[in-house]
Amino acid sequence: MSNNSDSAVGHAHHFTDMDQQREASTLGMWTFLVTEIMFFGGLFVAYALYRSMYPEAFAEASLRLNLLLGAINTGVLICSSLTMVLAVRDAQSGKVKGLVRYLIATIVLGSAFLVIKAFEYSHKIHEHLIPGSSFQFAGPFGQQAEMFFSLYFMMTGLHAIHMIIGIGVLSVLLYQAKRGRFTAEYYSPIDVAGLYWHFVDVVWIYLFPLLYLVSRH
Amino acid sequence: MSNTVHHSVVDRENDYIHAGYGLKSWLLTVDHKRIAILYLISITIFFFVGGFFAFLLRLELMTPAGDIVSAETYNKLFTMHGVVMIFFFLIPSIPAVLGNFLVPLMIGAKDLAFPKLNLMSWYVYNIGGIFALYALVNGGVDTGWTFYTPYSSTYSLSNVVPVVIGAFILGFSSILTALNFIVTIHKMRAPGLTWFKLPLFIWASYATSIITVLATPVIAITLCLLLFERLMGVGIFDPALGGDPILFQHLFWFYSHPAVYIMIIPSMGVISEVVTCFARKRIFGYKFMAYAIMAIAIFGFLVWGHHMFISGQSVYAGFVFSALSFMVAIPSAIKVFNWTATLYKGHIEFRTPILYAFGFIGLFTIGGLTGLFLASLATDVHLTDTYFVVAHFHYIMVGGAVMGYLGGIHFWWPKMTGRMYNEAWAKFSALILFVGFNLTFFPQFVLGYLGMPRRYYIYPDEFQVLNVLSTAGATILGLGYIIPMVYLLWSLRKEKNVGTNPWGATGLEWTTQSPPITHNFEKTPVVTGEPYVYQEEEKVVE
Amino acid sequence: MSQHVIPQKVYYLVFVTLILLTLVTVDVAFYNFGFLNIYIAMGIATVKATIVALYFMHLRYNPRLTWLFAGAGILWLFIMFVLTIADYITR
Ligand SMILES: [Cu+2]
Repeated sequence: MSNNSDSAVGHAHHFTDMDQQREASTLGMWTFLVTEIMFFGGLFVAYALYRSMYPEAFAEASLRLNLLLGAINTGVLICSSLTMVLAVRDAQSGKVKGLVRYLIATIVLGSAFLVIKAFEYSHKIHEHLIPGSSFQFAGPFGQQAEMFFSLYFMMTGLHAIHMIIGIGVLSVLLYQAKRGRFTAEYYSPIDVAGLYWHFVDVVWIYLFPLLYLVSRH
Repeated sequence: MSNTVHHSVVDRENDYIHAGYGLKSWLLTVDHKRIAILYLISITIFFFVGGFFAFLLRLELMTPAGDIVSAETYNKLFTMHGVVMIFFFLIPSIPAVLGNFLVPLMIGAKDLAFPKLNLMSWYVYNIGGIFALYALVNGGVDTGWTFYTPYSSTYSLSNVVPVVIGAFILGFSSILTALNFIVTIHKMRAPGLTWFKLPLFIWASYATSIITVLATPVIAITLCLLLFERLMGVGIFDPALGGDPILFQHLFWFYSHPAVYIMIIPSMGVISEVVTCFARKRIFGYKFMAYAIMAIAIFGFLVWGHHMFISGQSVYAGFVFSALSFMVAIPSAIKVFNWTATLYKGHIEFRTPILYAFGFIGLFTIGGLTGLFLASLATDVHLTDTYFVVAHFHYIMVGGAVMGYLGGIHFWWPKMTGRMYNEAWAKFSALILFVGFNLTFFPQFVLGYLGMPRRYYIYPDEFQVLNVLSTAGATILGLGYIIPMVYLLWSLRKEKNVGTNPWGATGLEWTTQSPPITHNFEKTPVVTGEPYVYQEEEKVVE
Repeated sequence: MSQHVIPQKVYYLVFVTLILLTLVTVDVAFYNFGFLNIYIAMGIATVKATIVALYFMHLRYNPRLTWLFAGAGILWLFIMFVLTIADYITR
């Protein structure tokens, strides 16, 4: 967030010291995450409502999602959270090499998630499961299944946009880290980006069972 | 700042306005005070755009027949009036202008926690504004500012998409400002400035920011869903396609009821500062005022269903929402009583800001009490979607929020610019605003009670007298908004003449020069005493 | 605040737990517990989310203020859910 400081170590002019600056960044990110909770929250309310209105359709539509790819993606994201937290840890102890390595790993894993997601999306296009005029779903629940897929694409799409933003932010931080911008005293951008990354992971932790595991029994 | 040529000028004018010259120094500034000025310019433009629509609406309603505009145009006019006034003026008004300017000054900080985000918020605001203005010149939008589905998502042929995108983008600018305030108030208070020594304007800004942060994302996602539905042709809210339109209303009002508090709470903060200053007395029940602000902010989230009594919501839910709505009256009443008690036996100095404060207290009380009629299930069935509702929320939002905003502008104008405006003109315009406002909106209570529905461009003949009164009032009201523009701008031609503390007010912002230097204070202030120590004057009188 | 450097072991332990819980949640989805299905799935997800917040996001080592903010987010989400859904189930 605020990286107004002129040098790598000094705090920005309007803060009294490094601690105040770091605490401000952390609190700022948590505040932002609260807005994110409410942002995704609206979608979850819609999901809860329509799932309880159309349980059979949601069950049937959910079976059309690829469980294997979904599960693999969950694993990929959890791995990326691990590498992210290790990046923060190395930043805390001033190990720039490790920081760079773990940032790269996180970016690679995040991108892998998106590639797999893109595969899933292209399958859905093939199967005419994109909501709208081309949507086709055999059986009595066509319209209600379309609702499931509308929510599926909104939820996973917004999640993917958050991933893309996260990868963008991490790439900038990677560039800065390589140039020695971060030290054991000044690493709050890494810390704060980590919070964001983990939050996006948490969202997926809920999306995965809600979308892929409605009724596998 | 620089060279020898301007040396004498630089010496004399050492303040944030003269900290840099040229457009670039303003458009790329990270100084919270300059960003406040940028916001002041932007929202004033939108205020007059929204006001122009109101003028056309009132003009049309002069006569029972539709003689100036068509029904379709009328729909677009009241929609654009609502959208512009609510999203582009009222929501950002006090936080983005006065809040931006004052929050760091009042807590003894050099700037907000995230100055770049602050600047970004202004750009985001303007980008949202461009979308709205684009929709405007492209033929407008006719859904009402509430964007109710399925009309907005399926049937309306107007520019729903750009307006909704504009409102969506705008939400981020409020969120950025609010986030900045929250972190700044938590982390950057001057040494010794504990929570219960904070000015009530800071409490109000904090409460507002909390609401903004918790509520705005919900409208953002709701508008996203609306866009998705409209662009993809699917049925998230359209009952014909399996959706539920009432869900839209739930999500919409989850934001939009608290949004009323985003508009009114900052005004309450301003009024608290003004009342205590010009009564020359400590604010009555300081802690209760602080708690009441927080209580309003929190209760405000539990009442949204009172907008949906006749929408098909369950009667039990309606009952609960009605009961909870009455609860908000308690902290609101505490505030009104405490302002009154502060004024009681005060040595009131009748300067312009307190005239606005008087206006606020009276009009807010009327607006609040008529709100109780609308929160009662039985009366609401009769009054829903009539002019009674229109009058009620204009008493809150114009009589309350705008009076507070203008009162605040008049109170802190000397601090912001270093100049004092013409007091006689200012008092005169405060007076005609009050008269014009009541003449405009009081007849609307009667009209609504008699059953005139809102959002129609024609009406039965028997309502004409009251409508003509209302339009006449609106003309006076309009004048009351234009006069301050003139004398405030005129004051800028004068020499700086106000000194550090023209009102003899307490608060850290009055301890630094007017206008302040870029870093606000020469030395970080240290706070030891209570807020609002207006005792000395009383001793003098004794 | 988060200057506290936590042993790598903790992170690996959390990671293993998260992977295991993912496998569990997939596995239990193949059994039918009736109306409990959704609660089980959400319960496991909430445990995972809590672990991520506590350890990966260092909430455990953060001051109470951070807890307050995170808690407020969850509480308000709860308000939105309860008051909205309450309307539908009482019609
Ligand atoms: Cu309301």
